Amino acid sequence: MADNSQVYEYSVEDLKRVATRIRRHIIEMVYSAKSGHPGGSLSITDVLTVLYFREMRIDPQNPDDPRRDRLIMSKGHASPALYATLAVRGFFPEELLTGFRKLNSKLEGHVHRGVPGVEASTGSLGQGLGIGIGMGLAARLNNLDYHVYVILGDGEIQEGNVWESLMAGFKYRVSNVTAILDRNGVQLDGFTKDVMPVNDIKAMVEGFGWKVLEIDGHNYDQIISAIEFCKSYRDGPTFIIANTVKGKGVSYMENNPKYHGSPPANEEEYRKALSELTLEGA
Amino acid sequence: MMVTESLRDAYGEKLVELGGRYRDLVVLDADLSTSTKTALFGKKYPDRFFNMGIAEQSMVTTAAGLALSGKIVFASTFAVFLMRTYEQIRQSVCYNNLNVKFVVTHAGITVGEDGATHQIIEDVGIMSGLPNMRVIVPVDSVETTSVIEYLVEETKTPYYVRLSREKFPILNDESYEYRPGRSVTFKDGSDITIVAMGVMVSMALKAAETLKSRGIDARVINMSSIKPIDRYAIIKAARETGRIVTAEEHSIYNGLGSRVAEVVGEEYPVPVWRIGMRDTFGKSGKAWELFDYFHIGVEDIVRIAESCFREEKRYENIP
Repeated sequence: MADNSQVYEYSVEDLKRVATRIRRHIIEMVYSAKSGHPGGSLSITDVLTVLYFREMRIDPQNPDDPRRDRLIMSKGHASPALYATLAVRGFFPEELLTGFRKLNSKLEGHVHRGVPGVEASTGSLGQGLGIGIGMGLAARLNNLDYHVYVILGDGEIQEGNVWESLMAGFKYRVSNVTAILDRNGVQLDGFTKDVMPVNDIKAMVEGFGWKVLEIDGHNYDQIISAIEFCKSYRDGPTFIIANTVKGKGVSYMENNPKYHGSPPANEEEYRKALSELTLEGA
Repeated sequence: MMVTESLRDAYGEKLVELGGRYRDLVVLDADLSTSTKTALFGKKYPDRFFNMGIAEQSMVTTAAGLALSGKIVFASTFAVFLMRTYEQIRQSVCYNNLNVKFVVTHAGITVGEDGATHQIIEDVGIMSGLPNMRVIVPVDSVETTSVIEYLVEETKTPYYVRLSREKFPILNDESYEYRPGRSVTFKDGSDITIVAMGVMVSMALKAAETLKSRGIDARVINMSSIKPIDRYAIIKAARETGRIVTAEEHSIYNGLGSRVAEVVGEEYPVPVWRIGMRDTFGKSGKAWELFDYFHIGVEDIVRIAESCFREEKRYENIP
C-alpha cells in the first residue's frame, strides 16, 4: 500500500490548522442545509483530525485497500465532521461539501456508505460498535493487521446494543478494535446526566473487560498518545473516553443542547461562528 | 403417508458442506445453535463460527461488520427473536445492502407447545417490507438445501429464510433447484387455485384430494419465493381458474395472502380468499392440533375453497 499518511508527518500545529478548516466546513454545511448536527460534530473534530491526518493507515487514492484502517462513525449524526474530514484529507473535493443534505448529493443527512472513505452507513444509534467488532473479527480470519476505530456518542451509549457489543468484544478479545467515546455531556433533549445518566462509564466499561483510557478530547498530545497506545495494545479491546465540549470552538454553541441538532439560527450567528474559527487563531 | 424431514437439519448439514468449499463463509448464532443446527458448522469450523450469546442486536451488527469485510455471513436464531433486531437489520444490513443471510427456525405455530410467545406469525410481512431484503419460505428439506446453496453461490444481498421446528413432508424430488420468483405447481387444476406457503402446501394437496371427490379440480401452487413473488403464476391462475385461495401458517396480514391479493388486484382482479392466522396470537398445544384450533387445517382449506368455488358468501368477517 502506498502509505500516503507517511509522506508528511503533521505536527500538532498543523493538525490544529486542519481541525479549524474542518470546523469551518461543518458550520458552512449545516448553515447551507439549514439543518444538521453541529454540536457533536465540533466536539469530535480534534479526534477525527488526529486519526485521519496522523494515525490511520489510509490512502485516499485507494479507499478500498483491504489492508486499510477502518473508522465507523457510530454516532452517524456527526456526518458533517466525517464528511469534511474525508474531503480535506482528499477522498473527494471539498467543493462537494455544499451538497450536504441536498437532493442529488451523496452526502446524506446521516453518514452514508456511498461517500468515498465512509465504511458503513450509520445514523440509528448503538449499531456501530458491533459493525466494528465484525470488521475486527474479519481481520483476524483474513490475517490482516488493520485497526478499527468506532466513534460513539455519550448519549448513544444509553442504547443496549452498545453493551451487548462490549460483551462480544471481550469474548473475542478484539485487540484491533478501539472505541472512542465523544463524551460531550449533551444529547438532543438536554444534558446526559439529566436525560439518562450512565453512572461510572470507566468502571462499567472496565467491568465489561475492556482496557479503558480517559483523555481530554481536545488535547492533541493526549489524543495521539492514547491512540498509539491502543494500536500497540494486544491483550484485548480498547476504549478511550474522550472528554470533550459540545459545540467546541463556537462560543454560543458550547455546552448548549440547542445546537445538538440545529444550525446557526441566522446570518449573524453564522458569521459569528466563522469569525471565531480562524486559521490564525489555531 | 408422506415422508417427512427436518428443514433445519438440512440447513445445518448444507452449511457444513458449503463451509468446506467457501473459506469466506462465517456463521453466527445467539445461543440457539443446537436448535437452529448451526452448531454442526461450529463444530467443524470453530474459527468461523461466532456464538454471540443471547444478544441478537450484537449478532446482527457484528454480522454487518463481517459482511462489510467481504465475508459470506449466515446468522441464525429463532424467527421470533430476530424480530427484535428489525432496526439493526434495516439500518446496518439492508441499507448497506450486505451479504447477510438470516436463516431462522421455529417460525409459525408449528413450534407448538412453547406457545404464543414463540409462535411468530408476522415475520414474513415484517421482512418483506424492507428494501433490498428477499424472503423465502422453503416447503421441505429438499428446497431448503437448494435455497442455501443458491444463497451462497448466486447472491450477495440480504435474505430472510423462514424454517420450522417440525419436520415437513418432502414434496420436491432431488433434482429440484430453487430459482428466485419461481413457484412450483404441484397439482394442476382448472376450477380454483390454492396458493400456499411452507407446510400449508402439503395440507393444500390433501385438501385438493377431498375437493376432487366433490367435483372440484383445484390447482395447488407452492409459493416459496415470497419476495420476489411469482407474478406470472398468480396471474395465470387468476385467468385460468377465476378464483384463488391462499394458505399460510402466518398472519393473513402482510403475508402470502396479502402479496397474492396485491398482484391479483393490480393485474387481473378475481376473488382472493385468505387462510391464515387472523389478528390473533398463537397458543400452546401440539403443533398439528393448532391448525384445527385456528381453522387453518386441511378441513378448513376444503371448506373455504369449496365456498369460494361455489361463490358462497364470505364465511366470516375479517377484522
